[in-house]
Amino acid sequence: MAWVALQMLYGDRAKYFGLVFGVMFATLLMAQQTSIFVSLMQRTSSQVTSVREADIWVMDPRVQYYDEPEPMPATDLDRVRGVPGVTWAVPYFRGLTNVRAPGGLLNQVFLLGLDDASLIGGPQRMILGSVEDLRRPDAIIIDRAGHEFIWPGEPLAIGRQIEMNDRTATIVGISEADAPFTTFPIVHTRYTNALKFAAGGRNRMSYILARSDGDASAVARRVADVTGLQARTSADFAWQTIRYYLARTGIPVNFGITVTLGFIVGAAIVGQTFYIFVLENMKQFGALKAIGVTNTTLAGMVLLQGAVVALVGYGLGVGLSAGFFAATDGVTALRGFSMPWQIMVGTAAAVLMIMVLSIFASLRRVMVLDPAIVFRG
Amino acid sequence: MLAVSCRQVVKEFGEGQTRVRVLHGVDLEIPAGELTMLVGPSGCGKTTLISIIAGILSFESGTVELFGQDLSQLKSADLVRFRRRTLGFIFQQYNLLPALSAAENAAVPLLAAGMARSAAVGKARDLLARLGLGEHLGKLPNQLSGGQQQRVAIARALVHEPKLIVCDEPTAALDAGSGQTVMGLLRDAAVAADRGVIVVTHDNRIYRYADRIAEMSDGRITSVDTPQHQKVA
Ligand SMILES: Nc1ncnc2c1ncn2[C@@H]1O[C@H](COP(=O)(O)OP(=O)(O)OP(=O)(O)O)[C@@H](O)[C@H]1O
Ligand SMILES: [Mg+2]
Repeated sequence: MAWVALQMLYGDRAKYFGLVFGVMFATLLMAQQTSIFVSLMQRTSSQVTSVREADIWVMDPRVQYYDEPEPMPATDLDRVRGVPGVTWAVPYFRGLTNVRAPGGLLNQVFLLGLDDASLIGGPQRMILGSVEDLRRPDAIIIDRAGHEFIWPGEPLAIGRQIEMNDRTATIVGISEADAPFTTFPIVHTRYTNALKFAAGGRNRMSYILARSDGDASAVARRVADVTGLQARTSADFAWQTIRYYLARTGIPVNFGITVTLGFIVGAAIVGQTFYIFVLENMKQFGALKAIGVTNTTLAGMVLLQGAVVALVGYGLGVGLSAGFFAATDGVTALRGFSMPWQIMVGTAAAVLMIMVLSIFASLRRVMVLDPAIVFRG
Repeated sequence: MLAVSCRQVVKEFGEGQTRVRVLHGVDLEIPAGELTMLVGPSGCGKTTLISIIAGILSFESGTVELFGQDLSQLKSADLVRFRRRTLGFIFQQYNLLPALSAAENAAVPLLAAGMARSAAVGKARDLLARLGLGEHLGKLPNQLSGGQQQRVAIARALVHEPKLIVCDEPTAALDAGSGQTVMGLLRDAAVAADRGVIVVTHDNRIYRYADRIAEMSDGRITSVDTPQHQKVA
């Protein structure tokens, strides 16, 4: 009878497409929007997670999230280095500055200053040049997005000079940096250069990057206890930053509304259409009941119909969503956006819920259906 | 052999003030090997009675036996199984599944009994060919005339070789000619020594296909006779 159930479903083209469309629409909206939301939130902490060498970030106790560091005195560095369990600790500068391209255009960029000796915290992926090239005088590495931004349409090139804070900097490398939330270009340079290139110029150590000898969270706690500074594992600090954006911006509400609408509209379309589908087949179900098809078999038929709709709709929705991310892979503004498997699982659960809600009402009607209706007009 | 035996069957509908008695103690015997028609004015309780005989409607009191099996002795799950094996149904409005072809529709009782699809549809095809629908096996119900659809319904009612066929107004939706054809085919295909056939009808033009006619009036059987003694148009 499973086959009969499927023929009933496929036979009613209009409703079958309506049902699949409803599930697909809800899936697409939920999966795609949630993915973009998660990707955006990951961007807020991308500059923390992209520093792979360090597992502890030390900062002024007042710092709430990555983008607003408070300068620390240089002496703090030695105090951190003196804490047992800290293998190494290096200064790290994070600031904003202006770049004047040869055309005269002024752009704001992220300026990241790496420890002069170790160059720890440099870009993970280089397209042109190497991190070691930063040792040259006034050397900077700019990310591909920044290059495209400053010289749109021009091929990537090193050796170019630009003005930063009225000083000349030489591009010695092009990196593929993880996109930051604000999508400003990312410029890496040595710590001492960063102090020159940034406005202000005095000692502005933003963070201390440190490596523990094992248990990062225990060492971080010890650093905080001993120095009175704020010390976090990289993962903690990334989450702290994400939480800040979640709490302080309307972004989650915005995406939340879209995703909820996707769920509600999808559930409404699917629930309504499925109910009508089952209702229109009431006489057939009645005839099957009279003929001797058990309630269990009929329930199985309805569940199978629902399951097929859910599966096909979900498959198409997730496929389209994945297609979107594949198609926009080359778009610089959307780089790094993807659909994590957790979202696919979550969307599947939401679709399951839509289907359960939709089937519930219709299934009841079939179960209590009196086969005696078959002899009544 | 008795196909159906009803004794003092009482049926009431509704609750409290609006409760009405529709069958006032029906006694009726339907022998196997014959086609019995159940006739009578509208509202006299014909559909109610065959629904009870077919085991799809409960009743207040009395006994209904099908081939010696007392229906009230069956638990509901057993009753469903009993219906599946013992009964074939033909409805006024055919009640075919619109998405299935003629052959597939006729195969439904076999599918419901768990037979593999190819075997079931094969058997249904043979039967449809005997009913003159050999050319239309693959057509959907909406590609068939009313008479052809009712022939598919006859095949569906017979394909699993049930012992009792119940039909409610099988020709009411058909023109006179198709009605005659359908009744002729039904008679030829359905009547068998160990099988009972009950046809509820209003249509006195088909009385001649009956071996026996039971007249009903106001919830009682008033006479059972051969068609020769009925007014035939
Ligand atoms: N589910 C029901 N609830 C209440 N009354 C009912 C119900 N079904 C039938 N009746 C009543 O029972 C009586 C007999 O109905 P039934 O359908 O058996 O008559 P019938 O002889 O088949 O009539 P017709 O020739 O018009 O089909 C009618 O008065 C009808 O109104
Ligand atoms: Mg009737």
